[in-house]
Amino acid sequence: MNDIKSVQEEIIEEFSILGDDKESTIFYIMELGDKLPPFPEEEKKEDNIIKGCQSKVWLITKTEGDKVVYLADSNTDITKGLISLLIRVLSYRKADEILDSDLYFIDKIGMGSIIGSQRSNGLAAMIKQMKLYALAYQSKLNA
Amino acid sequence: MAKTGFDVDDIRERFPVLHQEVNGRPLVYLDNAATSQKPLSVIEALNHYYTTDNSNIHRGAHALAARATDYYENTRKSVSSFLNAPSEEQIIFTKGTTEGINLVASTFGRKFIHEGDEIIISAMEHHSNIVPWQMLCAEKGATLKVIPITDDGELIMEEYEKLLSSKTKLVSVLHVSNALGTVNPMESIISMAHRAGAKVLVDAAQSTSHFTVDVQALDCDFLVFSAHKLYGPTGLGVLYGKRELLEEMPPYQGGGEMIKEVDFSGTTYNEIPFKFEAGTPNIADVIAFQKALEFVSTVGKEQLLAHENELLTYATEKLGTIKGFIPVGKAKHKVSVLSFLINGMHPFDVGMMLDAVGIAVRTGHHCAQPLMKRFNIEGTVRASFAVYNTKQEIDVLYVSLSRIAKRKN
Ligand SMILES: Cc1ncc(COP(=O)(O)O)c(C=O)c1O
Repeated sequence: MNDIKSVQEEIIEEFSILGDDKESTIFYIMELGDKLPPFPEEEKKEDNIIKGCQSKVWLITKTEGDKVVYLADSNTDITKGLISLLIRVLSYRKADEILDSDLYFIDKIGMGSIIGSQRSNGLAAMIKQMKLYALAYQSKLNA
Repeated sequence: MAKTGFDVDDIRERFPVLHQEVNGRPLVYLDNAATSQKPLSVIEALNHYYTTDNSNIHRGAHALAARATDYYENTRKSVSSFLNAPSEEQIIFTKGTTEGINLVASTFGRKFIHEGDEIIISAMEHHSNIVPWQMLCAEKGATLKVIPITDDGELIMEEYEKLLSSKTKLVSVLHVSNALGTVNPMESIISMAHRAGAKVLVDAAQSTSHFTVDVQALDCDFLVFSAHKLYGPTGLGVLYGKRELLEEMPPYQGGGEMIKEVDFSGTTYNEIPFKFEAGTPNIADVIAFQKALEFVSTVGKEQLLAHENELLTYATEKLGTIKGFIPVGKAKHKVSVLSFLINGMHPFDVGMMLDAVGIAVRTGHHCAQPLMKRFNIEGTVRASFAVYNTKQEIDVLYVSLSRIAKRKN
């Protein structure tokens, strides 16, 4: 099983092992960021920056067959880690699936208290942008 | 190195906020340049004021008003002797450093700065000491000049000398850099400006909490600081000015307190300092600030500075051994502040990882973006020490920072 729900369950399981220890949680998130696939340097331009994030976040999409694929990067490791979680859940999926998704894992793992409210707003901005790209792709398909 | 009478444990006892856990670890508070913690005496004074003395000042015909007025004016006297001002009328209460600078910009500036005049600041200023002058210059057609700094974070005094001319009307420079810890040679800056016929404003936001600042010895024309960085309450600051200047300057805001007589045909203004304190002032915080000044004086400025210097030296040496540790700002004369980067890591990440183990530092540009640009960086991590910090806390910082730095080094 590799649907959006089971990937979220996997993440919740991983974070539950870390427990309440904030230091290991943060280190873990940063390690996830380290494993993010490389982002093309030439795409690190103003147009690809997500507005509303404290850190710089670049996001682009491509398609493989009927799947939307996300590529992203950030100038901070913690944000890279957060993006990598979102990519793990949403990338390589059909636009419909992405648009219908309910990303409940964010609350379940207590992300708000881990990263604070400013970064939570940034995270929300990232999700919104990812869904907007999916919507754009869907509209193109239906056109 | 026994320092007679200085007991940091005893001092820590007086700061309730320090005794708590953050993320499961004892809080290590190293963000003192942003704001210092408050001793219990200050907190209790606020409580006491509201429970027993609360009243409006300077006008009430009753016991509480008289008491509140006395306490309020007592703090003014204490501030005056704290700065060694010639008289307490030269002490004006403001909201903080920022308001003090804006007050001078919109009163002194309005009256004495004209088209073609020049104002000199430095490359290490806080935004509070940049933006008000940019606004004034734009309004008046005056020019803002900037004293450059070295890679170590020291003012280049020869360049300053070259900037001074008969066009220079004001020099406004910080005493101690909040981002680098550099202590600027204020006496020379002031005497050189005076020789050119310019007035000088000292941004003492980061100096009054660390060493004795004597406005007469400095011979500065204006000096501003914030109570909250000096163990006092937030929302309160002080502007000191030379009497003849304060008397010549127009009022800042209009309202109650600042008037002598109001008539629809015209209004006459109150004497200094009241001319600059329109409206009901921040009575409670002014009264409580007295206790912060008492705290500093019981500890003793020399002991306080010696302790902080010991911490700064210890931290600079110890953290300097961490692979990937890059200090930012290496001036010969520094106080309290250790700004740094960890090679390959963003300051936000470092700050976040330190916070995860209960260590509070500041990360970012420290309201000094032009300074960050000078160093070609986005920001730094800043640890800043106060009288209640300990070497053990620096050891805790060292251990965490070593682990963090290993990620990339
Ligand atoms: C050097 C300097 N100037 C001005 C300020 C502004 O002080 P306030 O925000 O209390 O008005 C600060 C505070 O960070 C400072 O460090």
